[in-house]
Amino acid sequence: MATFELNGKEVTVNVPDDTPLLWVLRDELRMTGTKFGCGVAQCGACTVMLNGMTRRSCVTPVSMVDGSFVTTIESIDGPEAEAVQAAWEKLDVPQCGWCQSGQVMSATALLREIPKPTDEDIDNAMAGNICRCATYVRIRKAIHDAADTLEG
Amino acid sequence: MTRMNRRGFLASSAGLVIGMTLPIAARAQSGAALAFQGDGTEGAFAPNSFVRVAPDDTVTVMIKHIEFGQGPYTGLSTLVAEEMDADWSQMRAEAAPADPVYKNLAFGMQGTGGSTAMANSYMQMRKAGAAARAMLVAAAAEEWGVPASEISVSKGVISHRDKSSGFGALAEKAAQQTPPEDPAVKSADQFVLIGQDLPKLDTEAKSNGTAIFSMDVYRDGMLTVVVAHPPKFGATVASFDATAALEVPGVEAVHQVSQGVAVYASSTYAAVKGRHALKVEWDESGAETRSSEAIYQAFSEAAAEGGQDAEVIGEGTAGIDGAAQVIEAEFRFPYLAHAPMEPLDGVLEYAEDRAEVWMGSQFPALDLPAVATTLGFDPANVRVNVMLAGGSFGRRAQDTAHFANELAEVAKAAGPGTYKLVWTREDDLHGGYYRPLTVHRMRAGLAGDGTLTGWEDVVANQSIMSGGPMAQMMQDGMDPTSYEGSTKMPYDIAHARTGWAQMESPVPVLWWRSVGHTHTGYATEVFLDMVLEAQGKDPVQGRLDLLKSDKSRDRGVLRKVAEMAGWDGTKVKGEKAYGVALHESFETYVAQIAEVSEVDGMPKVHRVWCAVDCGVAVNPNVIRAQMEGGIGFGLGTVLFDEITLGEGGAVQQSNFDTYRMLRINEMPEVMVEIIPSDADPTGVGEPGVPPIGPAVANAWRALTGEPVTTLPFAKKYGA
Ligand code: FES
Ligand code: FES
Repeated sequence: MATFELNGKEVTVNVPDDTPLLWVLRDELRMTGTKFGCGVAQCGACTVMLNGMTRRSCVTPVSMVDGSFVTTIESIDGPEAEAVQAAWEKLDVPQCGWCQSGQVMSATALLREIPKPTDEDIDNAMAGNICRCATYVRIRKAIHDAADTLEG
Repeated sequence: MTRMNRRGFLASSAGLVIGMTLPIAARAQSGAALAFQGDGTEGAFAPNSFVRVAPDDTVTVMIKHIEFGQGPYTGLSTLVAEEMDADWSQMRAEAAPADPVYKNLAFGMQGTGGSTAMANSYMQMRKAGAAARAMLVAAAAEEWGVPASEISVSKGVISHRDKSSGFGALAEKAAQQTPPEDPAVKSADQFVLIGQDLPKLDTEAKSNGTAIFSMDVYRDGMLTVVVAHPPKFGATVASFDATAALEVPGVEAVHQVSQGVAVYASSTYAAVKGRHALKVEWDESGAETRSSEAIYQAFSEAAAEGGQDAEVIGEGTAGIDGAAQVIEAEFRFPYLAHAPMEPLDGVLEYAEDRAEVWMGSQFPALDLPAVATTLGFDPANVRVNVMLAGGSFGRRAQDTAHFANELAEVAKAAGPGTYKLVWTREDDLHGGYYRPLTVHRMRAGLAGDGTLTGWEDVVANQSIMSGGPMAQMMQDGMDPTSYEGSTKMPYDIAHARTGWAQMESPVPVLWWRSVGHTHTGYATEVFLDMVLEAQGKDPVQGRLDLLKSDKSRDRGVLRKVAEMAGWDGTKVKGEKAYGVALHESFETYVAQIAEVSEVDGMPKVHRVWCAVDCGVAVNPNVIRAQMEGGIGFGLGTVLFDEITLGEGGAVQQSNFDTYRMLRINEMPEVMVEIIPSDADPTGVGEPGVPPIGPAVANAWRALTGEPVTTLPFAKKYGA
């Protein structure tokens, strides 16, 4: 049993304590934007924001988020998220799309921290998000593009 | 908008079927009539099975090819929009369900693969769009009482002097027009949308989490299922004890299926935990127990014996036998997993008399009958919804329909209900259906003056086609997908031979993004580079000189890429080296140059220049994306990836920690140029992959003097 704020609404789930947040989001709450790719914190497909920080939901037991704030791709907002999603669309970043919720979450977190990231900043912040379709060229361009938009 | 019921659709579209589609009655029986229900609207106009015009002016194209990132939603919609003279903003794409009307004209059945989506649809979709346009124009002519020949259409607006209309307002009247038998299509100089960088139709939903894949399908009362598969290929269940598994909260049942033991639970996590608690004894009597090293040894010996003739040019090996100098090399390519980002999964709703499936089905024409057969249903009572899929790279193109079969067996074992079968990443990497492990034995002969007199390439690997339903496509026992790319080389070599030794193993193998070209492109282009060096020739000019006179498209991409990279014959500049490779696959021609340095003992690829000739560039944006992605996909593979069987035959890699994916910090900058062409378009999903490996290896050899003949690089150079 755990109670937390999900995308601005309080939710209580009655599942075993060790259930990963990823499966609580998907199986119990039917929030399917957060994806499963590996289950062992290797790929980033399951990235959510936990109290404002990126977090791999596949290795986060639900008991750990009790009393926390969780934000998923379904409701991520604010200027950085908007700029990221707009750049993603402008540059047609996604191919299969499976990794992209996680990429958008990580890119948003990066821009919140570093408004004008260098290529090296991007490497450091995004290397935990695998894209099997290798859309990396466009992810990099789109983050720079979003940073430019934010700068106005 | 009101939802249109099935009867409404049948009534409003009766008699509207044009030549290329089934009669309406047949469509209704086969399920395709349902295609336009969904979000269909009252008064919609569906001139054929591919196009629907709604009263709100939206034009929906039913896409017969699965979308997993290679772009058919956008590409095929572009073809329809072009011939309808629609505006891009009014276009929508929707997945076509399993139905014979949606067959791939290159395969004769519904399915996606071999980079055929654009090639086989090019005329079909344009004619579908042209028919819709003709009927809309006829409706306008009738409505306005003017000759159809005086009506023009542009950006979704139909006009005649002072009169104009959108498509939607004329949809109902258009539905009453007689469809043209063979509508005329535009000539290339009339194209408005083809050739433009149109934004992709699926980008928005894939950027905000709303795109629905099969793993995202949840149905009431659904159980999630994982299967304990054998630890070695070819092993079977001897016995199992489900006691502990059934004690895991949420686990509802355990049943044996022919692929292993299935655990049914109320959630994914419970199912996985239940599987952990399961005790299974395996019968390994028919299993592969050799290690990868032992398999390499056997394949290497077979290659040395020469195999059967796959292609003989001139006098075959005669040009090597008496040569002044003979160059030899053996290349080794490991098993590879496709590792699509979304592993295999699917949902099946099983009722007494019918079944409905949601899955990323790449061969619906095979998956649907597989489900029907296993459940004992008439295929007409099985519906397969083709879902967006999180990548495939060949993994979902299952000639044996093994996943659909497993899904159906899981349902059958438990009885009517709804089941979601999920393969975890571990299941995916352990699960086989790999790119075949392959050995190439290469030999070349040089005359005293350095002339290349002979060439031999003997390939030893398992056949993908044999033993499955595709075996009927083999001729004289030969499977061209085992050595394609080693045969039909573009180079002019008077005496040459390609041999093939067919190997056997219980390890299941499958096509993997660019199939045979994954290894033939590497073996031939790395070996050729070694030969050119022995001849004292420049890698670019040497290839240009060696190309057959009629190979103008190969020559075109090679010249272009050399120009893009500023190739001046210098292979090493400071710490950076440059390597080139040229390889045609699926009738698309690609040349690449890689800029490589050494970092921590491994190649670091900084920049890649890529020239591609794929005929008419329907959407340059999608083509560039596929080249970029193909380069990253191919690069990660040659650097890091192998699936190995250890002593005893068990797979040694389980997840992305041991089966390493390329990451953003390892992705080079990529420059792509597309050769302008009027030729019919060919595919781009696969052809970007083969040249990157040899381009990097050729640069690496220039830098270090060491040829890399065993992949991946990390095997020798990795930490
Ligand atoms: S699914 Fe969580 S990191 Fe891969
Ligand atoms: S878009 Fe396919 S995995 Fe990233």
